[in-house]
Amino acid sequence: MSSVEHTPSESAPDAQKWADVQASADFTELKQRLRKFVFPVSGLFLAWYLLYVLLADYAHGFMSTKVFGNINVGLIFGLLQFVSTFVITTLYVRHANKNLDPLAEKLRNEIEGDGK
Amino acid sequence: MNESSPILNMSIFGVFVLITLFVVIRASRNTKTAADYLAAGRAFTGPQNGIAIAGDYLSAASFLGIAGAIALNGYDGFLYSIGFLVAWLVALLLVAELLRNTGKYTMGDVLSFRMRQRPVRAAAATSTMAVSFFYLLAQMAGAGGLVALLLGYTDSFRQSIVIAIVGALMIAYVLIGGMKGTTWVQIIKAVLLIVGAGVMTLWVLAKYGFNLSSLLGAAVDAAPKAGEKLLGPGLQYGKTGLTQLDFLSLALALVLGTAGLPHILMRFYTVPTAKEARRSVVWAIWLIGIFYLFTLVLGYGAGALVGPDAISKAPGAANSAAPLLALELGGPILLGLIAAVAFATILAVVAGLTITASASFAHDIYANIIKKGNGGDDKTDEVKVARITAVVIGIVSIGGGILANGQNVAFLVALAFAVAASANLPTILYSLFWKRFNTSGALWSIYGGLAVTITLIIFSPVVSGKPVNPATGKSPSMIQGVDFHFFPLDNPGLVSIPVAFLLGYIGTILSKDKGDPAKQAEMEVRSLTGAGAEKAIAH
Repeated sequence: MSSVEHTPSESAPDAQKWADVQASADFTELKQRLRKFVFPVSGLFLAWYLLYVLLADYAHGFMSTKVFGNINVGLIFGLLQFVSTFVITTLYVRHANKNLDPLAEKLRNEIEGDGK
Repeated sequence: MNESSPILNMSIFGVFVLITLFVVIRASRNTKTAADYLAAGRAFTGPQNGIAIAGDYLSAASFLGIAGAIALNGYDGFLYSIGFLVAWLVALLLVAELLRNTGKYTMGDVLSFRMRQRPVRAAAATSTMAVSFFYLLAQMAGAGGLVALLLGYTDSFRQSIVIAIVGALMIAYVLIGGMKGTTWVQIIKAVLLIVGAGVMTLWVLAKYGFNLSSLLGAAVDAAPKAGEKLLGPGLQYGKTGLTQLDFLSLALALVLGTAGLPHILMRFYTVPTAKEARRSVVWAIWLIGIFYLFTLVLGYGAGALVGPDAISKAPGAANSAAPLLALELGGPILLGLIAAVAFATILAVVAGLTITASASFAHDIYANIIKKGNGGDDKTDEVKVARITAVVIGIVSIGGGILANGQNVAFLVALAFAVAASANLPTILYSLFWKRFNTSGALWSIYGGLAVTITLIIFSPVVSGKPVNPATGKSPSMIQGVDFHFFPLDNPGLVSIPVAFLLGYIGTILSKDKGDPAKQAEMEVRSLTGAGAEKAIAH
């Protein structure tokens, strides 16, 4: 069943090439850089979201405390979820452009250059 | 609704249909191969795709449902939009780029990459169809309610005719335009929707001197029953311990569902590279976030200017909050515009879902299971099968939409999210990040997640057993007069999502299958570097 085609191009690199790249220092570095960013940040924003949900669900009094005018803690907390989402998005793009893309491009050129 | 003019509403919508049909026909001229038809030749830019994603995501449930929920239930309606937005970080950080680098047309491409092809593709296609079907039902059911509101058709026969017309138009878009045509429809619709909501938001804010606090105060004054409670959480979900648990379940399904929605995942294949996929998510996050900020103002604005009583009594109830606000602000013309945008929303989202489900059938089931991947090079038969499937799905969803007419739209969407979060997301994350994951684990988490979610839905109060509402004499459950529910929550996410993750883990370690290390190496290198990924097609 593994004969079903996976690879789009005829000049696809062979299995050995993929394994070599996977074992290379550059690739390990790329994988580390990605995972060291996305795993902790995912944990962080999920925890932050869960905290918000639990407060909204079980701490009605606290969330309804007025801060100024009719603006209460809950509204500010909710708007902060928007802010954190926008901030994380921006930080990730900066990280990817600076630390991930150049390395990925280098590896891609190595693989595709070889395969042809 | 005396000032509303059905003829005006219809004409504005008619203009939208004509313009989009023209664009779709133009866009279809270069559609030849499967990559053209199913992935728009992978030639859209990140920003274009980002706008189209926003178009796909901001469904009628988002626009009408959330604004209405805020108008009636205040802060609790706002909670929906936060879950819907934060969910995008899962897609951005963990899924979008890796998926773009590994697949061609469908979610099944990625899930089956290093597994045994046929069983995993069949499973992926099954859950793609299940999620798309729930989502389609929600949209079609929403169309019925919208018709009642905008055209003044209250009898179910004329509503059914309009649902059929919407369905037929959707089939036409998908048949003619394929992915490229539907993407352009999404883009046009998203721009209209966001601009329309933006204008109304500024208008509402201007009435209150651009002071959010006075708007909130006015909303409280207009709602003598809810009063101050409108501004804090708990009005809808804080009644009992059970509703609080239900809210937690919903929140979980919302935040984890987005990155498992097949019609969203498929959009990442319409751009040429992973970098463009990233840009499209960034555009989508900004647009969707800003739009949800608009709905906050619109919801409280509708509460303040129209009043919760008038909204509850209008045909379409909560869903009518945004259109009624448009009528209050700008008279029949603004109502007509907003109504046309709402219709366009349903049409575009339904078209996007249809092409996703038909792509999954044509690519996963027909080309890779029935034909065992031995189709022609240009895959014209795959396109043919996709077109036929689109017609079948269109007809089924017209029928389903007529039957589901009157069901709660936001609920049906929340259920689609629960299925996506349980059956799809665990399998996607495991295949991308867990080396040991194997065919058995994939099948356990997809089928297990799907089975648990659907069983819990069938035996939930959504389907049977909610107490009869004395005001309407009907139970809010789908089936009247019987009670076979044993699961207490409306949304199954709290149970089904952890169970699906666990099943994927157990299924993997119980199997002796250690997977194919060569395929694992290929998938991991490809997903991170983009080597060998499908390129854009130049025309």
